[in-house]
Amino acid sequence: MTLLEFKDLRVTYRGSRGRLPAVRGVDLAVDAGETLGIAGESGCGKSTLAMAVLRLLPKSAEVSGQILLDGEDLLAMGWGRLRAVRWTGASIVFQGAMHSLNAVQRIGRQIAEPILVHEPKTTPAQAAKRAEALLERVGLPPSRARSFPHELSGGQRQRVMIAMALACDPDLLIADEATTALDVMVQAQVLRLISDLVRERGVGLVMISHDLSVLSAVCDRAAVMYAGRIVEQGPAHEVFAQARHPYSAALGAAFPVIGDPAARMHPGGLAGDPPDPLRLPEGCSFRPRCAVAVERCGAESPELLEVGAARVSACFVAQEGMPVVG
Amino acid sequence: MTSTTTVSPRALTWARRRQSFQRSWAAYRGQRTGMWGLVLLGAIVVIALAAPVLIDESALSVTRATGERMAPPSAGYPLGTDETGRSILALTVWGSRLSLLIGLTATVVAIVIGTAVGVTSGHIGGWYGWVALRLSDWFMVLPSLVVAIALLAVLGRSMATTITVIALVSWPGTTRLVRAQTLTVQSRPYLERAKALGAGHWHQMTKHILPNVLPLVLASATLLVPSAILMESSLAWLGLGDPGVVSWGSILNRASENGAVSAHAWWYLLPPGIAILVVVLAFMMCGRALEAVFNPRLRGESS
Amino acid sequence: MTDPLPPADGASTEAPSAGRAARAVERRSSTGFGRYLLKHVSGAAVSLLLVLFSSFFIFRLIAGDPIDQLTKERPVSPEQRAAMRAELGLDRPLWQQFWDYITGTLTMDLGESFQYRRPIFDLIVERLPATLLLSGTGMVLAVLLGFWIGTRSGWKQGSRFDKGQVATGLVLYSAPTFWLGMIVILVFARYLGLFPVNGMRSPSTPPDFWSQAVDIGHHLVLPVLTYTAVVYAGYLMIMRSSILDEIGSDYLTTARAKGLRDDEVRQKHAVPNALLPTVTLVFLALGSVVNGSIVTETVFSWPGLGTLFVNAIFYPDRPVLQALFVLFSSSTIVAVLCAEILYWFIDPRIRRS
Repeated sequence: MTLLEFKDLRVTYRGSRGRLPAVRGVDLAVDAGETLGIAGESGCGKSTLAMAVLRLLPKSAEVSGQILLDGEDLLAMGWGRLRAVRWTGASIVFQGAMHSLNAVQRIGRQIAEPILVHEPKTTPAQAAKRAEALLERVGLPPSRARSFPHELSGGQRQRVMIAMALACDPDLLIADEATTALDVMVQAQVLRLISDLVRERGVGLVMISHDLSVLSAVCDRAAVMYAGRIVEQGPAHEVFAQARHPYSAALGAAFPVIGDPAARMHPGGLAGDPPDPLRLPEGCSFRPRCAVAVERCGAESPELLEVGAARVSACFVAQEGMPVVG
Repeated sequence: MTSTTTVSPRALTWARRRQSFQRSWAAYRGQRTGMWGLVLLGAIVVIALAAPVLIDESALSVTRATGERMAPPSAGYPLGTDETGRSILALTVWGSRLSLLIGLTATVVAIVIGTAVGVTSGHIGGWYGWVALRLSDWFMVLPSLVVAIALLAVLGRSMATTITVIALVSWPGTTRLVRAQTLTVQSRPYLERAKALGAGHWHQMTKHILPNVLPLVLASATLLVPSAILMESSLAWLGLGDPGVVSWGSILNRASENGAVSAHAWWYLLPPGIAILVVVLAFMMCGRALEAVFNPRLRGESS
Repeated sequence: MTDPLPPADGASTEAPSAGRAARAVERRSSTGFGRYLLKHVSGAAVSLLLVLFSSFFIFRLIAGDPIDQLTKERPVSPEQRAAMRAELGLDRPLWQQFWDYITGTLTMDLGESFQYRRPIFDLIVERLPATLLLSGTGMVLAVLLGFWIGTRSGWKQGSRFDKGQVATGLVLYSAPTFWLGMIVILVFARYLGLFPVNGMRSPSTPPDFWSQAVDIGHHLVLPVLTYTAVVYAGYLMIMRSSILDEIGSDYLTTARAKGLRDDEVRQKHAVPNALLPTVTLVFLALGSVVNGSIVTETVFSWPGLGTLFVNAIFYPDRPVLQALFVLFSSSTIVAVLCAEILYWFIDPRIRRS
């Protein structure tokens, strides 16, 4: 059963420099209990996508298309219904937990807050009890409920964010660069915690990261975004191991495999910057940085087409069945 | 390559400064309230400068006053007269000269003291810097009007003492601002370079720190003038102004001494008070606009 | 991580040590408070000494011989002068006079007023309630009004409400206090006759408590109105810019994502964060409170310390001037100290450093 579905989602920011397209027609679906990873460089529109789900984008953003959560279009909801869906239908683990937590409120209160908002019959004491139980579940002592955010380490704060996101038993969890700011050991712990919780509670997960290896460790499926569009989608480990789009290949190569001499001698990565959204190139928007581009790429924009079992790619070369690594 | 060799470093510096000035001016022009403030201010300054041409100075003389005493506005006296029969319009127009003069001079003195103490305390630091900082903090906490009254009470009343006293209570704000900015500039690499090339304290302070601090000082000075003008008017109204001159505050002092309120002489009270309000408001509008130009966080306000 | 002792993150290692860690944090913060308190109290003590020193400097050294002022327009023989000098302790060496002055002030012996021929301490005690009533009421109203409007103004930055409130506030802020007071008297007391012109009570009021209270309240309206009108704009701008600082913050997005209403996001999350930096400013602004109340009291002939101060200028009653200079200045220093101590308790972040 489809839990979340984007249908031709487009987000454009009105700015002083003109209209800035951040998301340019995304179609994507997540089933209940499924885990989907979205990868891409900063500025590719993946965070915009995450914020669009709960309609948290600034007023300058124009959103069109549909976002269906349990079949209900979030973009067409009234404010009252939207507030009810926020945190109960879907919740977000934000990036940068230091700033995403209120610095002057004890964390217990911050975790209990959505419970009190969405379940008016709950007494503050009951909510506090539940907050402590959640803290325990994410591996923090319940006494931490009395701490302020600055008294915790980065990893602990991220655990608090996860506990908070689970407070109202949402059907969908969105993790936006939830582990990026953490050091590698802590990152692994937090990732394990997220996968355990997702499995244990049957929650759908959308995990957003620039790190394909993180996604392949946690997610069933992965989608790669470039310049506001999905360019490749498929089973996560396959996208990571055998990319069918030159951009995914480059993204995968940007994280060297430890102990692999080949990675040391030929550091991966990609020359150049993502395109300016105000001046997107003709044809395929990845063409200026692409090593395998052919003549057709400059004239037409490739569609997402099937390139294998459960895999789609928006690359003419891959669609011809040719290798995408030059 | 001949074109680059003929450009002296000095010309280059000035070209860069001109450029950054133009950028700031363009940003300032975008602020509607700031432009209104500037227009208002321009008009007031023109009136103050043109006062001797507009109205003869004899209109200020008590002995040669021609009008009826405390009379409401009439054809000959569009804003009425005071208790000696002088035209309120003439007094208000002439009063602008003194109020502006004292406000501006006191600000300039305060800015000079504040900048000097700020730059030196930030640059030299050590014991001197600590003492300067504590002293400016101390001055900042004291109630300015109390200090000003106490000093004027013992120093005697004159324009010079008024200016001195206002400057003395106004400098610490500038010092704090300049000191903070000096510390920022000081951590930049080009100052390190200048030091490595053997630049002395004087060179570093005048050639590198001051030019970087001045735009900010200018912006804060624009907000210091209105408080100096308000302070002058309060002191003059309390009767601590120079008895020999006419300022808006001293007009209002005479008004209250001579029972203008109980005589319902609204024409005596309104013109000088509104004049103070308008000048202060004009400076505040300009100052806030300048602040928005130099403080990017606030720049979003106009959009 | 640069923190030398980062809290352990592993769940297994953490549970047993958590209690100990929490106790350690508490212990550290209590000694931290001691050091913090000591630092600020000693700073304030130095400032207070500096006030005493400068008042001695201004009123005894710059001002010249007080005997000349006491005896002006009266013929006095040199013997009389000498007697007066001895009585006032002016025949003693300067350092001795300074010492007497310091110890006198510290033991509340502020000398005698030239004008009233009474101990200044008694005069101050007599007039303090009137001043506290006026400036206290005015300040509370100004802070509440300024913060209330400032919060809404900043939250809806650029809206018509915001623009209107900022414009109104700036215009009132630009008006000289004394002038506004005169206009207020002219309109509400003289033309409309709604309120008394000046003073704190009418002589004809019956002496019972309720009549007196109503009468004082009636007299209080115009001065408080004037005072609040001029002062609230400052608090408005402070709160507004403080809210603007918070408005793009991530924790507000979190709060919105949780399903809170816009006004809940503002009141429960934005305002507590925005209030922190402003609380100290309220105390720091006590200097302007004193300035404002001196002028307001004078306009309305309110029988408080401000009018005492202003009347002393022209008598001239130098001991009163000196004592009030010290009192006003030290009250602002003490207010700043209170702000610093309060800040420790309301901002959990500063306890860390």
